[in-house]
Amino acid sequence: MFANLDLQKLVFGRLTLEAIPYHEPILLVTFIGVAIGGVGLLGLITYMRWWGPLWRDWFTSVDHKKIGIMYVVLALVMLLRGFSDALLMRSQQAIAFGANEGYLPPHHYDQIFTAHGVIMIFFVAMPLVTGLMNFVVPLQIGARDVSFPFLNNFSFWMTVSGAATIMASLFVGEFARTGWLAYPPLSGPAGSPGVGVDYYIWGLQIAGIGTLLSGINLIATIVKMRAPGMTMMKMPIFTWTALCTNILIVAAFPILTAVLALLSLDRYVGTHFFSNDLGGNPMMYVNLIWIWGHPEVYILILPAFGVFSEIVSTFSGKRLFGYASMVYATVVITILSYLVWLHHFFTMGSGASVNSFFGITTMIISIPTGAKLFNWLFTMYKGRIRFEEPMLWAIGFMVTFTIGGMTGVLLAVPPADFVLHNSLFLIAHFHNVIIGGVLFGMLAGITYWFPKAFGFKLDPFWGKMSFWFWLTGFYFAFMPLYVLGLMGVTRRVQHFDDPSLQIWFIIAAFGAGLIALGILSFIIQLVVSFMRREQLRDVTGDPWGGRTLEWSTSSPPPDYNFAFTPVIHDHDAWSDMKRRGYARPLQGFRPIHMPKNTGTGMILGILSIGFSFGMIWYIWWLAALTFIAMAVVAIGHTFNYNRDFHIPADTVIGTEAERTRLLEGRV
Amino acid sequence: MRALAFLPLMALLSGCNMVVMQPAGDIATRQRDLIVASTGLMLLIILPVIAFTLFFAWRYRQSNTEAEYDPDWHHSTQLEVLIWSAPLVIIIALGALTWISTHTLDPYRPLSRIDASRPLTADVKPLTVEVVALDWKWLFFYPDQGIATVNELAAPVDVPINFKITSASMMNSFFIPALAGQIYAMAGMETKLHAVINKAGVYEGFSANYSGEGFSRMNFKFHGLDQGGFDQWVAKVKAAGKELNRDAYIALEKPSEREPVGYYSSVAPGLYSAILNMCVVEGKMCMGEMMSIDSKGGAGKESHANRERLRYDDRHAVRGEEAQGATFPATEKKTRSQEVDPDKGHDHHHDHSGSDTKQSDPAPAQLNR
Repeated sequence: MFANLDLQKLVFGRLTLEAIPYHEPILLVTFIGVAIGGVGLLGLITYMRWWGPLWRDWFTSVDHKKIGIMYVVLALVMLLRGFSDALLMRSQQAIAFGANEGYLPPHHYDQIFTAHGVIMIFFVAMPLVTGLMNFVVPLQIGARDVSFPFLNNFSFWMTVSGAATIMASLFVGEFARTGWLAYPPLSGPAGSPGVGVDYYIWGLQIAGIGTLLSGINLIATIVKMRAPGMTMMKMPIFTWTALCTNILIVAAFPILTAVLALLSLDRYVGTHFFSNDLGGNPMMYVNLIWIWGHPEVYILILPAFGVFSEIVSTFSGKRLFGYASMVYATVVITILSYLVWLHHFFTMGSGASVNSFFGITTMIISIPTGAKLFNWLFTMYKGRIRFEEPMLWAIGFMVTFTIGGMTGVLLAVPPADFVLHNSLFLIAHFHNVIIGGVLFGMLAGITYWFPKAFGFKLDPFWGKMSFWFWLTGFYFAFMPLYVLGLMGVTRRVQHFDDPSLQIWFIIAAFGAGLIALGILSFIIQLVVSFMRREQLRDVTGDPWGGRTLEWSTSSPPPDYNFAFTPVIHDHDAWSDMKRRGYARPLQGFRPIHMPKNTGTGMILGILSIGFSFGMIWYIWWLAALTFIAMAVVAIGHTFNYNRDFHIPADTVIGTEAERTRLLEGRV
Repeated sequence: MRALAFLPLMALLSGCNMVVMQPAGDIATRQRDLIVASTGLMLLIILPVIAFTLFFAWRYRQSNTEAEYDPDWHHSTQLEVLIWSAPLVIIIALGALTWISTHTLDPYRPLSRIDASRPLTADVKPLTVEVVALDWKWLFFYPDQGIATVNELAAPVDVPINFKITSASMMNSFFIPALAGQIYAMAGMETKLHAVINKAGVYEGFSANYSGEGFSRMNFKFHGLDQGGFDQWVAKVKAAGKELNRDAYIALEKPSEREPVGYYSSVAPGLYSAILNMCVVEGKMCMGEMMSIDSKGGAGKESHANRERLRYDDRHAVRGEEAQGATFPATEKKTRSQEVDPDKGHDHHHDHSGSDTKQSDPAPAQLNR
């Protein structure tokens, strides 16, 4: 067996020097850029001596607020990557007509659209949603942290490791050329023999573990840790949507894990679940991945609905219209989202009765969704609407999302889907709901809760610039895609022959340029707000006239969130407290029991990167070693009994006195 | 004035060929009508919602102190009934439309009419076309005419076409927007499409499901011809003089891009069925045979002998047909020029994998090479 042992293969697996794409100019320039940026950043951190604080206060932190912020930072970094992919695609499609091949050959273009989809869904939208839920939910329910603080930190680092794995494919090897859901047989060992699909599988598996665990954590938190008096029907709507989203996560993500595991068995050990060989069936994969994939879109959109419910009510200065029907609508959407997956492949040859069943269940979802829109509408009715930035996002969302919802229902009519399936009309539709719904919702949420997290508001001028660029950019970028879809243009095409299409692609590319300005404005907004933080400072803890519990504490909240756990009488708890003349308790503080920081999550995350890298490149010793190390660290951590401490009463008294001083100074 | 601003947009829209909105086949026309009808139905509720959103936003702006402000108003039973029942009514209507149209426009359902004014008479003999999606081109069999073509499809106007669709490897989608909606093409399986073209002309056809490297150019022309024109076209194909036998098919099936139009004047008997059953290559077990074994409860241990016969599509990996790129070395394959005998690689690919390096590889993945 060891007779013709190949040392290089044993040590490096299938990794060779040629896997580094130094002969690809675009990647080379990107790599140099990233390397210079990275070295610069590391240098700055070292020079400023930030390593200690970063490690102590952030990386090892089990504080849900800090973890939430780190999730959002991860999402914003990944947004830049995902959006660069979008710009590459839009410019390629705008020029690649007739004799012009464009600048991206198919093998590169195919990786880019796959990476764009994977990154935007798994590493932008998901961390934004998880981050926001992490930050807001415990504050909204009057808790001091999530149920399992260490698990929260671990989940975050698993998500980071998944993102890092995907990012590594840019500079070592290649990424999948299969589209973001990696349908077999194309993604099987015969269709994609390289490392691309393995990067895809392991990146998603690792991040998926993080997502699943954070789902369990937040369900436990919402179910078990609500402040006294907060019955289910007194929970803020955002918490309700977070609960439903996490139930969806816990029920759906194991399916993704299972289907990717089956695909890895096909690729690694020669099983034939999804191949054409030996009786395998790729249709099974398509079904399974969408049984996860459809709930996934509701996982993303429900929290956005929750954000808008909070924002519309706050900025209309009015109670939310139809709280109960909002809750029921959310729950109905949660259940129905499991009964519609087949509408993603009406064209795979199911019978007419099956197709119409799934078409009609899909349409039924639009009823609770429509009810939600009406509820926001009637919340604005007889209100006093302040057009601050979060509210602008809300109005932009209501108009844009309605259009996206309509095209979605149209696609749910099977015979219509037969001509629109996989077309650019479909692309326009889901960007319409994901940008117009999820992304607008998350940007609105970031603007809305930013002062809570950092103690100062975001600069309104650059915020409005960002909003208007995003909004107009969206319409310029995706309305032409609806037209192109009706012209019979399909997705994922790298080159076109018909010159009459080109003008629409140029308009779409222009729209992408506007969105780029929107992203740039957002970055400028962050910088400008930081520079002007003294003018934008919020000392009240309640800069918007908020209605829910998170606005009752200081901005940023103390580590322990609430010195005393509040008692709840109404779903607009803070509004209710304000109306009844709530007075902050000024004495009687007691030591507060808190969880202790730990580096285990980050260590496990780093080890999991090593594990996935070993699996991807067939470096078996590395995979085995890191796997054993992970098991040892994880088991070792369970013997760590030094995991909690008490914040002394004196510290609490000091913190609260400081807040009293600030509140009085304001008057 | 505002209407003027829309003029350039209108000009742009009228200038483009919205094939989905102006199709040439009856099925696609009915699908278009359905799109228009459902959109109209939904606009009944969508337009008021958008209008009210903008109106309320303007009416109840903070600076408008004349508007009523009622911060505690949050419930109205009448409104609740309205906001749940209005979408419900629309969805009931749309759901009924969906149920009926999904059944009448089911691609598996034989046609009952030529177009809106002409029902199908019993004496019209439909044209059968067997479609095979290859990497990355389309192969069309005309069993009644005994011919086959590559990347060119023709049919007589006003004659129903029965498509039988399969694939040799990847999952594709057979789509001619002017004719009818799409349906997936999958290896080892047959999907069906019934359609008719009502207007003579040349239309675009392509794959609408991404299938790898050569996907972007996996398109063909569909010619709608009058009966005389179609007969001439068949005669032209017959004049090509080439036969599509198993060997020719195996050569054709190899991945290739931008394949030119090809004509075959005759076809080996049973070739389409062999492709569908994935047993064109000598010695492979046909799907039908496997299913017959399975339906009898499957074979026992002795079925292990069938293992090699059931391997169909791991050709790509062995032949290294994918284009070279930045990341090519990562796929650990030889380039085409380095391949010893690319033609033989097809059915004897296990010989290739038997090289020394492979055997020493510790990877279990090599089990399936």
